[in-house]
Amino acid sequence: MISLLAAAVPERLARLSPIDIVIIVFYFALVLGIGFYLKGRSKTGEDFFMAGREMTAWIAGISFMSANLGALELMGWSAAAYEYGILATHAYWIAAIPAMLFLGIVMMPFYYICRTHSVPGYLKLRYNEPSRALSAISFAFMTVLMSGINMYAMALLLDVVLGWNMDFSIWVSAITVAIYVALGGLRSAIFNEVLQFVLIWAGALLIPILGLVEAGGWENLKAQIIHNTSIQCVHLWRYLGTFHNQMGVNWVGVVFGQGLVLSFAYWTTDFLEVQRVLAAKDLRSAKMAPIIGAAFKMFVPFIVILPGLLGLVVLPHLTGASLSAGGAHSYNAVLPLMLIRYCGPGLLGLGVTALIAGFMSGMAGNVSAFATVWTYDIYRALINKDATDQHYVKMGRWCTVLGVLISIGTAYFVMQFLSIMDYVQALFSIFIAPLFGTVILGMLWKRTTGQGGFWGLLAGTVSAAGMFAWEDINPSAVRYLALSINAKPLAADIYRALWSWLICVVVTVVVSLMTQPKPEAELAGLVYGATEIPQEEQVSLVHRPMFWAVVVGIVFVILNVIFW
Amino acid sequence: MTMDPDSAISIWFFIGLCLFVDGLLIFAAGLYQFGHPPAHPVVLYSLHANIWWGAFLAVAGLLFGFTSAPWRQGKKNGR
Repeated sequence: MISLLAAAVPERLARLSPIDIVIIVFYFALVLGIGFYLKGRSKTGEDFFMAGREMTAWIAGISFMSANLGALELMGWSAAAYEYGILATHAYWIAAIPAMLFLGIVMMPFYYICRTHSVPGYLKLRYNEPSRALSAISFAFMTVLMSGINMYAMALLLDVVLGWNMDFSIWVSAITVAIYVALGGLRSAIFNEVLQFVLIWAGALLIPILGLVEAGGWENLKAQIIHNTSIQCVHLWRYLGTFHNQMGVNWVGVVFGQGLVLSFAYWTTDFLEVQRVLAAKDLRSAKMAPIIGAAFKMFVPFIVILPGLLGLVVLPHLTGASLSAGGAHSYNAVLPLMLIRYCGPGLLGLGVTALIAGFMSGMAGNVSAFATVWTYDIYRALINKDATDQHYVKMGRWCTVLGVLISIGTAYFVMQFLSIMDYVQALFSIFIAPLFGTVILGMLWKRTTGQGGFWGLLAGTVSAAGMFAWEDINPSAVRYLALSINAKPLAADIYRALWSWLICVVVTVVVSLMTQPKPEAELAGLVYGATEIPQEEQVSLVHRPMFWAVVVGIVFVILNVIFW
Repeated sequence: MTMDPDSAISIWFFIGLCLFVDGLLIFAAGLYQFGHPPAHPVVLYSLHANIWWGAFLAVAGLLFGFTSAPWRQGKKNGR
């Protein structure tokens, strides 16, 4: 394997030393070893798909956050920081923390009490079979597409930075993920996500530390960013009163589009995330897990956004060119470029391992969620209802392999259409934003009916896809859809999510008011007002989820004020 | 902290093992570079980040590994 890794093409930004390669190979061996070790502990469906529902709050919380640390997070948001300045931090704070706390405190009891295996499964219990089928199929489609894009991004990065053959990177990482998830199921994915989380921090933390040393500290860094770019790049909120800022979005879009709809949709209804929390061992752990995740999430900008901001000062001439077209000069590669700048032998290997770990954890998250939704919400619900538990476990294992193979196909498909990299956020606005409207109305309003849920979800998804197509055919449509001709792609995604969510909510409400609701007795455990939420057991203040949610909320407010 | 009471090996033990091995390798590479300075050093080479960061990771790995070692967990669980 070492000789294969070392056999790289001449065009590369960095050359790995033998010790770097040993570190990378050791990582691959360890994740495979964990998969084989856990194989014997994944015999039943509950073991394979839900990790036995025995995770502690810490493990579920770290896994919850780590499953999100994929290609978009590490590469995409550091590049976004280079492009938009500190405004990119909104993705980690306003567009994550409130939603994560809301999931833990408000929504988790319903997901957990009804013992659903998945978010589409919740829709079946709350609404009807068509709602489940629609959300399961759209989720499965989105998940393999996301997984493929993740893989493509990793292969492209390793090609540009290290000169590794893209086929080699795609197949080695995909086969590794397929083996450890197929063997150990969700438990193996979660175990590896926790390991990957630690490695990402160990490998990436040095970049901002050394970067700040080179830049002469935070105040000097800010002064140089203002000198090189604009004062808007160092303020989170101050210049969001109008659309004339780096992102072309105002505070309404950030607060309601990104902070309310996109964020709540992703963190509370994307099954990739919710699955990790459903694996918690009890309700208190399930409520604590997103809060722990939120606490860690607040500090991720230190290893993702700050390197992008440092890049504005120490690598001031990067452009927005495609990574593959001009890798050495593209800000899409700002994170690996910073890694190469500061990390010598050993550290470079650890940094590359951290990036690979991020990509693999994102992919494993997608694949394990895909296997669960396919097996429980498509295969068992629509194709084979009466098979044994063992049969479904076997289906889950094969489905993991199948999901990886489809992801590989998607990765090669993406290669043909480089601009599809820009469409990743668009996928969320099309598939996840309307789903949030369906789930939240179903959870909080007893009057919502099955027909209302189904037609609302369908209308939201179709309208989002329609808006996306309109913008694609006629880019000036952002003048109407994103309220500004200056709107950048991210701003267009934010507003598309907001509109599709609103359409979903309006259609759901109107259709619900015209149709017959379920009797209240059938809504027990599913809807606020019809469910008896278990009281907090007699535990001290520091063991109460609400206490920690308030602490995290206060720190969140303080951070926003500091960087106002 | 184990994943569950019956788990023979905690995830934290694997993490400790990984940090220790990686830390040791990085520390060794740093020491070698200290004795044989490279022709094209990285920026801020003078800080010798791989020496202190490698040592930090190795010590952290030892602590993680030791506190969550399977034999210690066995004792905790009365096995």
